Amino acid sequence: MSGATSFYSKARGTEEIAQRFADLHPPLNETAAVTEALRCLYCFNAPCMGACPTHIDVPKFIKKIASGNLEGSARTILEANILGASCARACPVQVLCEGACVMHYDNQQPIAIGRLQRFAMDALHASGGSLPFSPCDLSGSETGKRVALIGAGPASLACAAELRRRGVRAAIFDARPLPGGLNTYGIAEYKLPLAESLREIDLLAQLGVEFHFDTTVDAAMLAELEAGYDAIFLGVGLGGVQKLGVVGEDLPGAISALEFIAAYKCGELREVPDRVAVIGAGNTATDAAIAAVRLGAREVHMVYRRGSEQMSAFAFEYEHAREMGVGFLWHVMPVRVIGDGKVEALELVQLETREDGSLAPRDGQHVLLEVDLVIKAIGQTMQAEFVKEVQGGEPARVQLEKGRILVDRETGQTSNPKYFAGGDCTNGGREVVDAVADGRRAGVGMAAWLGGHHGNA
Amino acid sequence: MEDAPELEWLPGSGGIMATLETTFAGIRTLNPFWLASAPPTNCGEQIMRAFDAGWGGAVWKTIGAQVTNVSSRYSALDWNGQKMMGFNNIELISDRPPEVNLRELAEVKRRYPRHVVIASLMVESRREAWHEMVARAEDAGADGLELNFGCPHGMSERGMGSAVGQVPAYCGQITEWVKERARTPVMVKLTPNITDIRLPARAAKSAGADALSAINTINSITGIDLETLEPRPKVDGQSSHGGYCGPAVKPIALSMVQQVMSDPEAALPLSGIGGIGSWQDAAEFILLGAGTVQVCTAVMHYGYRIVEDMCDGLLAWMRHKGYASISDFRGLSLPRMQEWKNLNLNYRVVAKIHRESCIGCQLCYTACWDGAHQCIHLDRMEGDLETPVTGTDPRFAQHEPNPHGKPTPAMVVAESMRQITVTPIPKLSWNGGGLNRTQTPLRAQTPLSRVPRVDGDECVGCNLCSLVCPVPECITMERVDAGLPRETWAERSATAENEGRKEPGIWGS
Repeated sequence: MSGATSFYSKARGTEEIAQRFADLHPPLNETAAVTEALRCLYCFNAPCMGACPTHIDVPKFIKKIASGNLEGSARTILEANILGASCARACPVQVLCEGACVMHYDNQQPIAIGRLQRFAMDALHASGGSLPFSPCDLSGSETGKRVALIGAGPASLACAAELRRRGVRAAIFDARPLPGGLNTYGIAEYKLPLAESLREIDLLAQLGVEFHFDTTVDAAMLAELEAGYDAIFLGVGLGGVQKLGVVGEDLPGAISALEFIAAYKCGELREVPDRVAVIGAGNTATDAAIAAVRLGAREVHMVYRRGSEQMSAFAFEYEHAREMGVGFLWHVMPVRVIGDGKVEALELVQLETREDGSLAPRDGQHVLLEVDLVIKAIGQTMQAEFVKEVQGGEPARVQLEKGRILVDRETGQTSNPKYFAGGDCTNGGREVVDAVADGRRAGVGMAAWLGGHHGNA
Repeated sequence: MEDAPELEWLPGSGGIMATLETTFAGIRTLNPFWLASAPPTNCGEQIMRAFDAGWGGAVWKTIGAQVTNVSSRYSALDWNGQKMMGFNNIELISDRPPEVNLRELAEVKRRYPRHVVIASLMVESRREAWHEMVARAEDAGADGLELNFGCPHGMSERGMGSAVGQVPAYCGQITEWVKERARTPVMVKLTPNITDIRLPARAAKSAGADALSAINTINSITGIDLETLEPRPKVDGQSSHGGYCGPAVKPIALSMVQQVMSDPEAALPLSGIGGIGSWQDAAEFILLGAGTVQVCTAVMHYGYRIVEDMCDGLLAWMRHKGYASISDFRGLSLPRMQEWKNLNLNYRVVAKIHRESCIGCQLCYTACWDGAHQCIHLDRMEGDLETPVTGTDPRFAQHEPNPHGKPTPAMVVAESMRQITVTPIPKLSWNGGGLNRTQTPLRAQTPLSRVPRVDGDECVGCNLCSLVCPVPECITMERVDAGLPRETWAERSATAENEGRKEPGIWGS
């Protein structure tokens, strides 16, 4: 159960990790922030605002930095996005707000929106400021309704904030000891330190959100929650890790990228062996490869079955990995993890792409890549067994499609009216900001649904 | 015998040469750029360095009555990251004894005989006091005298400076006293802190002044410290109104120069002052009739070295325009300044947004809706280039805001906020992944849906959109033939009067 919380104080950061994972984008000082803020054209119906999944009023918060109204700037951000500080650091701004900046059309650098947002949020945290809203500020009083939220990731946090502002009680259940989900455990430390994620959630706790940690919700518990609460929000993420499906992938020294990232962020893993292979070429894979370099690996290879033109990582992540000295093995696929009691090598087969786009092994010798650590980053799968269709006739709690929970996008409501959902489990695994936007829409949607006298009245 | 002027070849103009050397009220000067009477002309050492940098002349920091200055003295108005858009001071005239200033003035003239040194003077309003000071300055070798009737702070409380300049009779009286004794040209410096600057100018002219200089600084408070509530500049918790200058005052100065120079009873050779920092500024003052210009704030900001480009740029412009000397273009814009009633009511321009340079910031849209006439719309769709909307031509009918019921700014924003946006993750998109597809689209051109459209029929041609547009030449004002002959308000009311009709007031009624 929660009490007066300070999650921030529970972050067990180490000096060594802090040193190895210095900010990729260091904070702006005041002069630089004001100078940058003054470059903003203050567009009407700004494209940056449209490109942000949470529709933060970017020109408005930037002009407030220019005018020295930092408190108002942070308030503008938080009104749209309860995790404004995390998103300022974790967002792939190049493909979101900054990618949409009109300055591109004028052959100028886009406004550094992400860094300005961090400047405003850092100022709020430094001044000890609180959230600009309070419980029931939109409803006037408690409604007596109660919602259970499964998972303490960004979607649930954003949803809980909307519920609390509308007088709905919110209880969050999570299997981990700390809140934030992937925002806390899954984002490269040089982008968003674990402690910063917690600091932001401390503010949210002021709204009177109840937290239940180390609590894994199974089908039985879900049934209890369903009976005890007026509605359920599923913010469970994906949770499962795609398997390689090769011999030896469970050897010690072969771990999933998310496990790897969480372990170093928590300080449980402080160094890596010399030779590391990362399998996959998505954004999580590049995060893991870069982290391996920062943790001291001498040789880091990314192993991908297609070519660079088809890797799913953002271009700037690929560039970052290259700058960090990560090597790339294209058109190869692991067929075996070799080792006696622990990982020693990776056996790779070369692939070619057929005309229809499918991949086929090429004739010729297999390649042996000697490595001490294999990090698997070939994607996540939905693992929330408790909501899936159960064999034996019991109907599914909510309808799924392509491994995602199906929702009404505007309200987050699932096929089961009492269940709402958002975040990776509905969008297939996107960014923190997408989860916040999903959670926010669902929070508003749930409060409206509950206001229509639904629930356990 | 005078030295031959330094001439520059004028390329492509049949061998005509251009020079900056000019004569002002009988004073020969190497170029029209003089330092104004101010801190940059405090002492001889400074002025000699300024001459080395290329200044043609200097008006000595005002010599006269005994003063003591306060600390601090200056403050500035910064704007959107630009320092010193406006500048103010509460410094008085020279706090050095007149004999020191005049001894140095003599030394400067001895070493720089071809450079102009004007003595700015201010003494108490007694005939003998002025006679004595004029004689001393001229004996020291000053090429001319500037009477400081403009200083708006401190000295005015003692009956000097703008206290003289604001009363045409005093202005005329003192000018008369000075002219009784002066052998060199006498220039009267005018204060802008007056309802009609032509009145003291006329008084000076009828009293025999040889030249005018305008403007002096403008009464101002640049700002207040919001922590301590002290206005700036701060003197022990208090402040006093200061004289405002710098780039911010140039438009006011240009207008006052034009008023004086367009008035036959006031016009004299005029040294233009007020916010000048570039050759373009100087050209503008000269086009409105100034014979020389005086500079202070820009030098206080960047140093004497700025004169190099002022000379270089002005000469290049003169060559480009085919002007061989300052007098070739002096005053050429004066006839183009008219009373409003003489402007052609049937001249019409309409804004045109050049799609290829538009970056989609939509500042023109919000400006037109909130600050103008609601005739720019966000209704362009891809593939739909120019959709003419038949509207009401403001020439012929009463203008109506948004006669076609286009979405208001609030409706446009609300629609955007309703859109659900997600991060473009390639592997989750329908068309699959790949680096090339994860990139933000090539930045060749702004999506047409972001490019606003001008309703040409409704546009009143106010210029606002083209002024707020951050991209040069993206919005141009295009001439439209209204099909009507030139007609001014003066002509229209005269016709109406002849026909016994009564025209409504200018703004309707």
